Amino acid sequence: MSRFGTLPRRLAHLVIVLFGITLVTFLLLRLIPGDPALAILGSSYTHERAVAIDNFLGLNRPIWTQYGLFMGRLFRGNLGFSFFYNLPAGTVIGRHIAPTLFLICYSAVLAAAISFPIGFRAGLRRGGALDQSARVFFTLSFAMPAFWLGIILIIVFSVHLHVFPLNGFGSGFIGHLYNLFLPALTIALGFSTVLVRSLRAATITTLQAEFVDTAQMKGIPWSQVLWRHVFRNAVLAVVAVYGVNLAYLISGTVLVENVFSLPGLGTLLVSSVADRDYPVVQGVTLLFAVLIVAINLLTDIVQAALDPRVGQEIGE
Amino acid sequence: MSTMWAASPSELLMQAATRTAGRRRSVARRRMTLIAGLVMLGLAIAAVLLAPVLVSYSPTAIDPLHPLAPPGTGGHLFGSDQYGRDLLARILYGGRIDLAIAFGATGVTLVGGTIIGLVAGYAGGKLDSFLMRLVDLFFAFPFLVLIIAIVAMLGPSIFNMFLAIWITSWVSYARIMRAQTVVAKKQQYVLAARALGYSPLRIMFRHILPTTASSVILFSMVDAVGNIILAASLGFLGLGAQPPSPEWGAMIADGQNYILTSWWLATIPGLAVVFVGVAFSLIGDGLADLLRAGDR
Repeated sequence: MSRFGTLPRRLAHLVIVLFGITLVTFLLLRLIPGDPALAILGSSYTHERAVAIDNFLGLNRPIWTQYGLFMGRLFRGNLGFSFFYNLPAGTVIGRHIAPTLFLICYSAVLAAAISFPIGFRAGLRRGGALDQSARVFFTLSFAMPAFWLGIILIIVFSVHLHVFPLNGFGSGFIGHLYNLFLPALTIALGFSTVLVRSLRAATITTLQAEFVDTAQMKGIPWSQVLWRHVFRNAVLAVVAVYGVNLAYLISGTVLVENVFSLPGLGTLLVSSVADRDYPVVQGVTLLFAVLIVAINLLTDIVQAALDPRVGQEIGE
Repeated sequence: MSTMWAASPSELLMQAATRTAGRRRSVARRRMTLIAGLVMLGLAIAAVLLAPVLVSYSPTAIDPLHPLAPPGTGGHLFGSDQYGRDLLARILYGGRIDLAIAFGATGVTLVGGTIIGLVAGYAGGKLDSFLMRLVDLFFAFPFLVLIIAIVAMLGPSIFNMFLAIWITSWVSYARIMRAQTVVAKKQQYVLAARALGYSPLRIMFRHILPTTASSVILFSMVDAVGNIILAASLGFLGLGAQPPSPEWGAMIADGQNYILTSWWLATIPGLAVVFVGVAFSLIGDGLADLLRAGDR
């Protein structure tokens, strides 16, 4: 079997999941109690507009036809019209993507930078000081709401120490890096809980592997064994965890964007709920789900590329 | 089983906890973890239920003479908010909402998800495939985003928040239970029960469930931590409890407007969330140690 042997089957599975996602997103609008046209229009209600929305969504036609219409529009990139912004929902969403993507990537990198050294060392010296304190810290941080941690960081670093700004996205790449440091750190600390524990467990397992003994017996210096044999294999085992948990990053992003008033998708999602801007809520939900599917696929490919065993295991 | 959506963060944490459990810690210390967690949770429940006895203030009573009083001043132990409302009273009364969600949301999804997973795993075939595809589908969405979207459509309220959690959170239980059931189904005691002609219902609930329930119960402790954070998060975003009703997340959101002058408003309610969260975590860790130690 080739290295990417099972990928075609997974792609097929992916298409099914993508269809399911569109179906769930489509059904979301049906949850609105009462007349959706009335709810979507809100204060900009006129009879003509209501009729236009009825026709647009196909509300007087069977539900499967409505789904067909929804999919047809989706393939043309039409997510509906936001009466709150008086713009197509797709345009509104497009304007808010950049800060969110930046924040997700930034916190993913920070999380790796924080948790890889800690998790690896905690695994090497089980029960040591670092292991114990990491355990306590991450037990606490697991029970910590991300938005609260964000506020604590603001109080300490922005209000009292004046090191970082209270909120805002900043300008230019360096400006973004500086302005988004606290938000990214907030998400990264929460994410590290999972990563440290997984990497610690993976390191402990890898240390017991026979190839480590073999390498040692061949006379390879221990530091090199640790770096080239143990660390690399332990990290490999964590790649899957990393990918799966990027979904967690997205939940964190939604909250933290609201804490730091960043003009991203999370802030848009929550303000759209308050504004009853249903097409935007629907669009953002869909976008996040597609993002997760894409990230998961990417993780699978990276894993298959890094580790030849992966494709075979799944194939069986 | 599909490995694409391997596990939620909480499932992974549980796996990591159980994998390393029961190895190096003594029985006494394992019990200590469990007892500490139970005591903390008991204290939280007692404090919340006995709120009228413990504090003389009403959570909505306004004290115009002492607005934004720092902790310990003006007769307010934890300080007061912008209307002079007592922070301690608000935390205790507000905790009723958060604890109700931790128990109500977790309990319902634990029972519902376990039954669905049990039936799917035991029945197999088309029902199983359908249910597991459904589970995959839910995992394709970030939970928080899906819950926000559902609450958005139904309208923000505490009941709709319950509803949104019930709709989405059974999937983890279903998947854990299904995996356990598929394994148990092939074991001798189940085969024997089937040979004796017991009904599928009896085999599922009297034979398989008692031997496999520990994993979903352990997960429910991790899930309870998640739900208490979720309740606070939705309250923070203005999608759960509505003002002026005191809820920890909503209080933190309210307090964020005053962080420049009054740090206690946003920080102390968060400590309450952490306290309850750590209590559930410790119970989960302690249970994992005790239950798994016997297996090794």
